[in-house]
Amino acid sequence: MAREVISTGNQLSALAAFDVECMFFGGYPITPSSEVMHEMSDLLPTVGGKFIQMEDEIAGISVALGASMAGTKSMTATSGPGISLKAEQIGLAFIAEIPLVIVNVMRGGPSTGLPTRVSQADIGQAQYPTHGDYASITLCAGSLDECYTETVRGFNLAEQYMTPVFVLLDETVGHMHGKAVLPDLEEIKANIVRRKRYDGPKEDYKPYKAEMNEAAVLNPMFEGHRYHITGLHHGETGFPTEDAEQCQFNIARLVGKINTVAAENDGLDDLADYEEFMLDDDCDVVLIAYGSISRGAKEAVVKLRADGIKAGLFRPIMLWPSPAKRMKEIGDKYKNIFVTELNMGQYLKEIERVMGRSDFGTLHKANGRPIAPLEMVAKVKEMF
Amino acid sequence: MAFNYDQYLRVEKMPTLWCWGCGDGVILKACIRAIEKMEWDMDKVCVVSGIGCSGRFSSYINCNTVHTTHGRTIAYATGVKLTRPDAHVIVVAGDGDALAIGGNHTIHGCRRNIDLNFILINNFIYGLTNSQISPTTPQGMWCVSAQNGNIDPTFDACKLAIGAGATFVARETMLDPKKLEKIFVKGFSHKGFSFMDIMSNCHINLGRKNKMASAMENLEWIDSITTPLKKWEALSPEEQMNKFPTGVLREVQQAEYCDMYDMVIAAAQGKRGKITQDDFAKKI
Repeated sequence: MAREVISTGNQLSALAAFDVECMFFGGYPITPSSEVMHEMSDLLPTVGGKFIQMEDEIAGISVALGASMAGTKSMTATSGPGISLKAEQIGLAFIAEIPLVIVNVMRGGPSTGLPTRVSQADIGQAQYPTHGDYASITLCAGSLDECYTETVRGFNLAEQYMTPVFVLLDETVGHMHGKAVLPDLEEIKANIVRRKRYDGPKEDYKPYKAEMNEAAVLNPMFEGHRYHITGLHHGETGFPTEDAEQCQFNIARLVGKINTVAAENDGLDDLADYEEFMLDDDCDVVLIAYGSISRGAKEAVVKLRADGIKAGLFRPIMLWPSPAKRMKEIGDKYKNIFVTELNMGQYLKEIERVMGRSDFGTLHKANGRPIAPLEMVAKVKEMF
Repeated sequence: MAFNYDQYLRVEKMPTLWCWGCGDGVILKACIRAIEKMEWDMDKVCVVSGIGCSGRFSSYINCNTVHTTHGRTIAYATGVKLTRPDAHVIVVAGDGDALAIGGNHTIHGCRRNIDLNFILINNFIYGLTNSQISPTTPQGMWCVSAQNGNIDPTFDACKLAIGAGATFVARETMLDPKKLEKIFVKGFSHKGFSFMDIMSNCHINLGRKNKMASAMENLEWIDSITTPLKKWEALSPEEQMNKFPTGVLREVQQAEYCDMYDMVIAAAQGKRGKITQDDFAKKI
């Protein structure tokens, strides 16, 4: 049975983690994400889960990764400056294939920026948060419901693909207080994805023996499958190597297990990678927006239609890897495309790359305020 | 009968990458002997290391091992331990790793009193990266990053650990492997954060340009700057300044973090009231 609750985006993200049986949270206070931490500190011990507030952002993710290495489902939450600090550990999670959900409630940047105001300027950071080559999975919640569902999804993807997953909220949706309709809890539980385990003879266990585009199989610690985890390049046993062929294979596999798999299967799971709103075949213009800004864009679509311009909305939910196939179809089909983001054009570059064109109407702002629907309407009208 | 190290080592990884005469191997062997004394099941042991020569410690010992990033060992190990309080977690870090880049985590690991067994391999230098000054490099020594001599004041790691609240603090040198083994057994037996400052040699990258280019000369220098705690206490304040006391410097029993977290769980599950100041002996 679907559940109706009155809550905030940050609290719903924590509730999702709890419902999907995350048993560890490590973090450090930062606006506007702290409520995720507050909620986890309250929820986890009720089921014997562990919560710890660490001495800094780096320790916040390190402790969460340590817990995940031990075999438990784990999470951290922060905002842009926190991601910057956590960057090196995110790299260890990528190369050592440690599942972790990282919630980033975006605020204005760079640096301390606008701590209490909204932004979508960490989109690029989510794609490449740390040095080296890898592929990131990034989900972006556009509603209270999605703060819950995309966090659930983030955990399932992290465990399936053995990788850190970003769940992006922003100050608006994170602090939004209202009614949310959550999926049936039994259904959530029934669809929990748990990381694969190796059950063969102990002496044959090779945690990083994975075919191209497949993920490592890391058993929980302390159950007899002793192995080594390192941030160095490693061979199939997990021990360091500098073998040129192995290193090239490692990186190709890390990128391929996300990007190639997503391209070949049109996504990483069966869930929606995007939403289409009033996107009819004969639309005069397609607005593209994601996250909290898409809410205003929906209103703009309705207003534009009232003013005689047939508008529709395409809203990416999985930002990385991008829903490229559908995005390309839209780019090929519609003459007028309008992109609006609360940054200076970070996702615009991806849309241009995928569509192979750059003749878009755009509205990009970085002033810490949501973009008003009427502002979008006025800007779209300039295209006609 | 000679001690059989093979069952505790990943023998296929031998020989180690450590330089000939390096103290890291002596410390590894003493650690293994202490593990045997403790009768720990290696399936239940996790060794977490950081970056530097000491970082390789984890790859040689046959248990659950993690080679983490520079300075963050204690934070990762805290995640492992808090998840599995039944496990035995040993953390190995160098002086640069634990006292410079990871100093904050060292402070707070000590403060939390989580049951980690922390081995500081203190060789007074960044060895792996070829001789840059570390927080424990003595003033006046030459390093590649102090070409005119080091002016940075040195750091007494044990004083830091005591100040931060570690409930077991000890110092030994790799000169006496038997003592080392004993101190490890004491530290491993202690419930709470055990901080063990193990002074070791790097005749290659510290000694070479500081008139102690052989392992023996480097060790003689370590011998000259250390003295057992009892003898140290008898020294004049001036003499004390130039010697590090060895042995157990602090050993007290205080509530351990995982145990305290069990109180949180009990409170959250309504099995006890909220935690108050009355639950702790120390009120402030």
